[in-house]
Amino acid sequence: MKPSLQVYLDYQATTPVDPRVLEAMLPWFSQSFGNAASRNHAFGWEAEKGVEEARKSMGAAIGGSGREIVFTSGATESNNIAILGVAKMYVPKGKHLITCSTEHKAVLDPMHALEQDGWEVTVLGVNEKGHIDLEELRAAIREDTVLVSIMHGNNEIGTLHPIGAIGAICREKGTLFHTDATQTLGKEAIDVQAMNIDLLSASAHKIYGPKGVGMLYVRRRNPRVRIAAIMHGGGHERGMRSGTLNVPGVIGFAKALELCLANREADQQRLAALRDRLQQRLSAGLTHVHINGDPDNRLACSLNISFEFVEGESMLMGMHGIAVSSGSACTSASLEPSYVLRALGIGDELAHSSIRFSLGRFTTAEEVDHAADLTIATVLKLRAMSPLYEMAMEGIDLSTVKWGGH
Amino acid sequence: MVYSDKVIDHYENPRNVGSLDKDAMDVGTGIVGAPECGDVMKLQIQVEGGVIKDAKFKTFGCGSAIASSSLATEWLKGRTIAEATAIRNVDIVEELALPPVKIHCSVLAEDAIKQALADYQNKQKGASAPSED
Ligand SMILES: Cc1ncc(COP(=O)(O)O)c(C=O)c1O
Repeated sequence: MKPSLQVYLDYQATTPVDPRVLEAMLPWFSQSFGNAASRNHAFGWEAEKGVEEARKSMGAAIGGSGREIVFTSGATESNNIAILGVAKMYVPKGKHLITCSTEHKAVLDPMHALEQDGWEVTVLGVNEKGHIDLEELRAAIREDTVLVSIMHGNNEIGTLHPIGAIGAICREKGTLFHTDATQTLGKEAIDVQAMNIDLLSASAHKIYGPKGVGMLYVRRRNPRVRIAAIMHGGGHERGMRSGTLNVPGVIGFAKALELCLANREADQQRLAALRDRLQQRLSAGLTHVHINGDPDNRLACSLNISFEFVEGESMLMGMHGIAVSSGSACTSASLEPSYVLRALGIGDELAHSSIRFSLGRFTTAEEVDHAADLTIATVLKLRAMSPLYEMAMEGIDLSTVKWGGH
Repeated sequence: MVYSDKVIDHYENPRNVGSLDKDAMDVGTGIVGAPECGDVMKLQIQVEGGVIKDAKFKTFGCGSAIASSSLATEWLKGRTIAEATAIRNVDIVEELALPPVKIHCSVLAEDAIKQALADYQNKQKGASAPSED
């Protein structure tokens, strides 16, 4: 294969570490390498000081305090601690949890694990744009509901949930509210006080920080949220998460968030403009395209789009050098397309035909144009060999055809 | 997903893309799969004197599905009906070095061949004996 221009448009999967973040981290590997839990020498004090400063700035960045930040290995762990830890601690109140169908597996799977242990989980459905019905949420909250977990921004379709309104409902009904803000920290405005957020998960590698570091915000006042440890050991992070802290990672995470927030609104506007440019080019160059999610209320970086009559994986194969992801599951053993797209009720065929483009800090207009051109060329080529396109052009309504299936 | 060179070659240079007149007496058509499953293959043969003179395909599906059907048309051309019946999905798996998760693509191609052959044979039967329905 001839080498072609490499364009990374998968920033929702992960991001490169910003050079400024790397620079901030470097001294903490070999120079200031102490264990932040070493209380009796200068190496430990230095590491602890660095971690505490990071904690403080990150707490303040979301309207909380440093003492409310627990460092973890990533958002998967944060979600697990939040859900399993709250569940274990609040058993006397009840055994009911609420979430929604488009959450990340790192929320859904701990909930399913609790179901095996006799918990009841209400999974709210979403509409075509990926939104839950707030009245349905309100009605679902019961006396014995201990936690509502609804994500802020969806990782596949970018839909932004109104977490302020959700937080208000949870507060009014007296249940705890956790939000997975992995896709929104540093991008969307977050204020745990104004939004009544009790627990919040995030991860460094989605915001130009290193992989393997995450955080969990745990509210300390009004109400004081208590969490049973999942990881037992040395009692680090006020007993909520034992294990020696990843000091360079924590420093990098704080630096990454600081950089995101320094220019947040302008950055997001730039990304939205680039994303809209990509969307417009694709829509102008091709017929039969569908935007998945909520076009009016989504992450600035995110474009999830289905190209009717062509299958996602075959598109990826033609888009040489363009790194994107697809909701088609032809790559997995299951043959099932993305459960997030299925939850929208758009039909499995469109789910198989979807591509997620996600833009970021280092994306340029040239890259967007190149990606759009290559995508259009690939879709046209594949449509020319698609029996579905041929049938649709003959005027056959594909939904009325009796298919054999597998 | 890492593809074999042969899959990439068939994807980049698909053989025999197109359509034959599905109503013609000497044409057999097979359409298998379903859009919800992410694969639909249309495979057509044109037969003259018991020998497949032409074969065409159109496929909605992943690169391996496209390659499987492209390869199938290549193999079908010049074969007799009896020889075509002998094509097995494992032959396609072997030729294209398909990984286990892609075996269903070869199964679909074999099904498409069988359906196209059956369609052709039904048309021939229908021509010699008036249809009963
Ligand atoms: C919404 C959401 N939650 C959780 C995760 C998991 O994060 P991590 O990779 O830090 O465990 C991700 C990233 O894949 C995500 O997008």
